[in-house]
Amino acid sequence: MTSQPYRLAEGGVIDRTRPLTFSFNGRRLTGYSGDTLASALLANGVHLVGRSFKYHRPRGILTAGTEEPNALVQLEAGNRSIPNLRATRIELYNGLSAASVNCWPGVRFDAGALIDAVHRLVPAGFYYKTFMWPQGGWHVYERLIRRMAGMGRAPEGADPDRYERTNAHCDVLIIGAGPAGLAAAVTAGRSGASVILADERGQPGGSLPDVASDGDVTGTSWLGDTIAELQSMTNVRMFTRTTVTGYFDHNFLIAVERVTDHLGPGAPAHLPRQRLWRIRTSRVVLATGALERPLVFANNDRPGVMLAGSARAYVNRFAVLPGRRAVVVTNNDSAYEAALDLHRNGVEIAAVADLRAVPVGPAAEAAAAAGLNILRGHAVVDTNGRRRVQAVHVAGIGLDGSLTGPVRALHCDLVLMSGGWSPAVHLFSQSGGKLRYDEMLGAFLPDGSRQHVLCAGAMNGVAETASCIVQGQDAGKGDVPAASEPTASTVDAHWPIPARNRSGEVRQFVDFQNDVTAADISLAVSEGYQSVEHLKRYTTLGMGTDQGKTGNVPGIAILAGSLGVPLPAVGTTTFRPPYDPVTFGAIAGRDVGPLADPVRQTPMHAWHAETGAVFEDVGQWKRPFYYPLASETKHDAVARECMAVRRAAGIMDATTLGKIVLSGPDAVRFLNRVYTNAWGGLEVGRCRYGLMLGEDGMVLDDGVTARLAEDRFLMTTTTGNASRVLAWLEEWLQTEWPELDVYLTSVTEQFATVALAGPKARAILTGLTSDIDVSAEAFPFMSWRGGHVAGFPARVFRISYSGELAYEISVPARHGLELWAVLLRSGPDYAVTPFGTEAMHVLRAEKGYLMVGQETDGTVTPIDLGMQWILSTKKDFIGRRSLARSAMLDPLRKRLVGLRTEDPELVLPEGAQILPTAPSGPPETMIGHVTSSYWSGALRRSIALALVKGGRDRESATVHVPLEGRTARAEICDPRFYDPEGLRLHG
Amino acid sequence: MLLISCPWCGQRDESEFTCGGEAHILRPADPDALSDPEWADYLFMRTNPKGRHRERWCHTHGCGRWFNMERDTATHDIVSVYRMGEAPPDDRDGNSS
Ligand SMILES: [Zn+2]
Repeated sequence: MTSQPYRLAEGGVIDRTRPLTFSFNGRRLTGYSGDTLASALLANGVHLVGRSFKYHRPRGILTAGTEEPNALVQLEAGNRSIPNLRATRIELYNGLSAASVNCWPGVRFDAGALIDAVHRLVPAGFYYKTFMWPQGGWHVYERLIRRMAGMGRAPEGADPDRYERTNAHCDVLIIGAGPAGLAAAVTAGRSGASVILADERGQPGGSLPDVASDGDVTGTSWLGDTIAELQSMTNVRMFTRTTVTGYFDHNFLIAVERVTDHLGPGAPAHLPRQRLWRIRTSRVVLATGALERPLVFANNDRPGVMLAGSARAYVNRFAVLPGRRAVVVTNNDSAYEAALDLHRNGVEIAAVADLRAVPVGPAAEAAAAAGLNILRGHAVVDTNGRRRVQAVHVAGIGLDGSLTGPVRALHCDLVLMSGGWSPAVHLFSQSGGKLRYDEMLGAFLPDGSRQHVLCAGAMNGVAETASCIVQGQDAGKGDVPAASEPTASTVDAHWPIPARNRSGEVRQFVDFQNDVTAADISLAVSEGYQSVEHLKRYTTLGMGTDQGKTGNVPGIAILAGSLGVPLPAVGTTTFRPPYDPVTFGAIAGRDVGPLADPVRQTPMHAWHAETGAVFEDVGQWKRPFYYPLASETKHDAVARECMAVRRAAGIMDATTLGKIVLSGPDAVRFLNRVYTNAWGGLEVGRCRYGLMLGEDGMVLDDGVTARLAEDRFLMTTTTGNASRVLAWLEEWLQTEWPELDVYLTSVTEQFATVALAGPKARAILTGLTSDIDVSAEAFPFMSWRGGHVAGFPARVFRISYSGELAYEISVPARHGLELWAVLLRSGPDYAVTPFGTEAMHVLRAEKGYLMVGQETDGTVTPIDLGMQWILSTKKDFIGRRSLARSAMLDPLRKRLVGLRTEDPELVLPEGAQILPTAPSGPPETMIGHVTSSYWSGALRRSIALALVKGGRDRESATVHVPLEGRTARAEICDPRFYDPEGLRLHG
Repeated sequence: MLLISCPWCGQRDESEFTCGGEAHILRPADPDALSDPEWADYLFMRTNPKGRHRERWCHTHGCGRWFNMERDTATHDIVSVYRMGEAPPDDRDGNSS
């Protein structure tokens, strides 16, 4: 076979001096620079490019643009691969490799095509009807369905390409660089406005190269002059290969620029593959053109059946003949222009079947003058051919839609169809714009938006290029474009075109990608799906990756016909972003890998990392979880760290706890309102534990607050809640109590904090300070002292979360690492052991101390936790009134208890459910769940905390905890497992 | 995405802000004087109009200040923005709502 046998010798925008080789389904082919994959395939006579989604029918190339439903391919292999790209949108580059999707083992023989043979078994709503029973069966069916129906394959590894996200602002954003958009841009640009002109193609010009009009203002001179003028304007930016895909409130739009997709893997490394633009603009001009619709006749989906305007684009733009002998079927004038262009380039036009009894329009007249065989009041009623159309059947069609006269067969290898044009109103609709149905044009047109947006050109219902330019000029000025009278004749509606043989299965496709037929729509209507939104979801009409760009209006017309109502009464489905699929890469931009989320590290982080700490993520912080020695397991390391704290001393990096300074004369009043306990009596130099509630009475956070001065406090929060608590306090101060003179300052990152805990803590600290008296009398529990530790200015707080004698030492952050090192060097004498958060969790659980977020989940009150002692009765505080609601006082609320498993070795899983009796089969009575559970080295047994209905009223009762394959028994007990009198802590 | 005029910083993208729900709900001065249903009404019940709605917003990723905004929930038109403690512009005109 000669290379590119369907390529014309001249014409088109392709560059014949730059031939390119590519492969499709493993076959090596050639094309030219300027081709799309689709045009290059057609130049080589390849029409069969894929299989349909549901019935696996052979499919070809229907369109020449973004609206393509059929020609989906998997581009490239490996981790750069992208599934389900439209061949009509892929710009050819040298070495390109693509393959069909949705067929196995290959596109020419596909096992799934057997489904087509049992078509009757796969009606509309098939999945809903078949796979929802028996209950739970879906997960079995789904795997089978996915294997047969899966489209492309997602790459399995990380995407090696780089993507970017960036912002742009302008006065006027013009979408679409066809005649209307170019005219708008040049007009707006001359006014001095800052303009962005975005177009999805590689070059501006819109459909002008598709139609190759000659002589009038749309000739290449106008196009070239306009582009040159725009390029000379510094206030105009032209974005090519940029699809505006989302239109949001306040004129905020999202566009995707395919920066190097057209260059393939050989693209320069400094450029991103794609760039996501976030554009805010004062005004928008939509010049997005119109999309041609198919006609709905039997077997209208065979390869070789193409939209007329698209075939015209292949001839004029790409110099490719999509066939040798064509039959045209149309309900409007535009297909005649396509027929004439193909005729002029040597394609034999077997016939033009016009559904209209009296074709009107300049092109129809020109076609008649050129001697084309025009069949008035005729339709194509069927097609033949397996992998490529070979013949069509035509018959007369009456005004009432009935077929008249004999059915004739016409041989052909190409069918051009035109069901009229749908203005591309998607973005307009996304903007909140309303649509109206125009009977003359048979199309939904823009009809007013709440945003500053103007519509021009074909998307506004204008067909002639000169009129598009006038509308663009108006819109570019900021004026609403004047309407223009259509010159083409009215489109008749035959939705669907009747089949010649109504018995048996008739496949008249409406949505090619999702295999929705006219019969599916009728069936759905007869089953009661009468709203267009319900129809869409039931039949999947318009729910493919093409979002039904070609089939939507025919589908609505068929629905209206089935319901016996006029089309506007049905309305359209809501167009939603994205207009065009967006890659995950473009959405993520550079927020991937280590940049996906900020990482916060303490000043001691380097030491933790070098020592081999295992880290735990707490919010954005990296906290040492435990420090395993050589071959230690997590269990061993945590047990060792706990014992070190209980027997000698350990240090923990507590820098991440939130720290907020409250200053101002009203600080005490403020604390009294946000904490449950009273703060007036706290002396300077003392600390107090506080519990913070939401106004609903549920525990929000806890922590220790120290009085630094008469009018200054230092509040600590849990690590995960630091910013939330600051925001919470700010909200109350700003919105409810602006009269309070209090200022809040976050100082979390200004200080490094080390918790020094264990019986030897005092001795260690004594050796490190000369100006702080650390004796038990001079420095009692719940107080703080300022001075120096290891030579660094420090605040030392005598507080404990482990139940041991403990100090928290805060120094300026820059000294944190050194303080840590000094504390460790005191090791030989006192065996200071670094311990991580898991040991801290165990130590506090042994003491029965709550951990916010573990024992609390937003539904737990202080009463539930047995903490009535911290609820002041002498003042109001946030959440207090809620605690008095009757439901909060229910004795059967879940309350905090301890659990001792019968088997002391068994550590219950956290989250396990608790039953009052041995399980007897579902439904079980569940009375609570395990919140914390650990192995306690100090007690040589497992311990657990739990929230259980009735709480301590059940003390000593045996409860049952169902586990996988067995049930554990446990006894409800006091949650204070270790040193309940607190002798060690006060020591 | 809304374009919001912070009374302190000027026009910024909605992504810098946090919506705090309905505005002008005062915390009862004496919560004990309220019945359980009245307290629940303060705590949980909010209007949800289609149309003009007064809301509290915070310029979280900016100046950190709370302010009030009157917004049309159907069109997303921002009718007015005013500082905490200020009366809504309509009220100042005497069109108390
Ligand atoms: Zn601000």
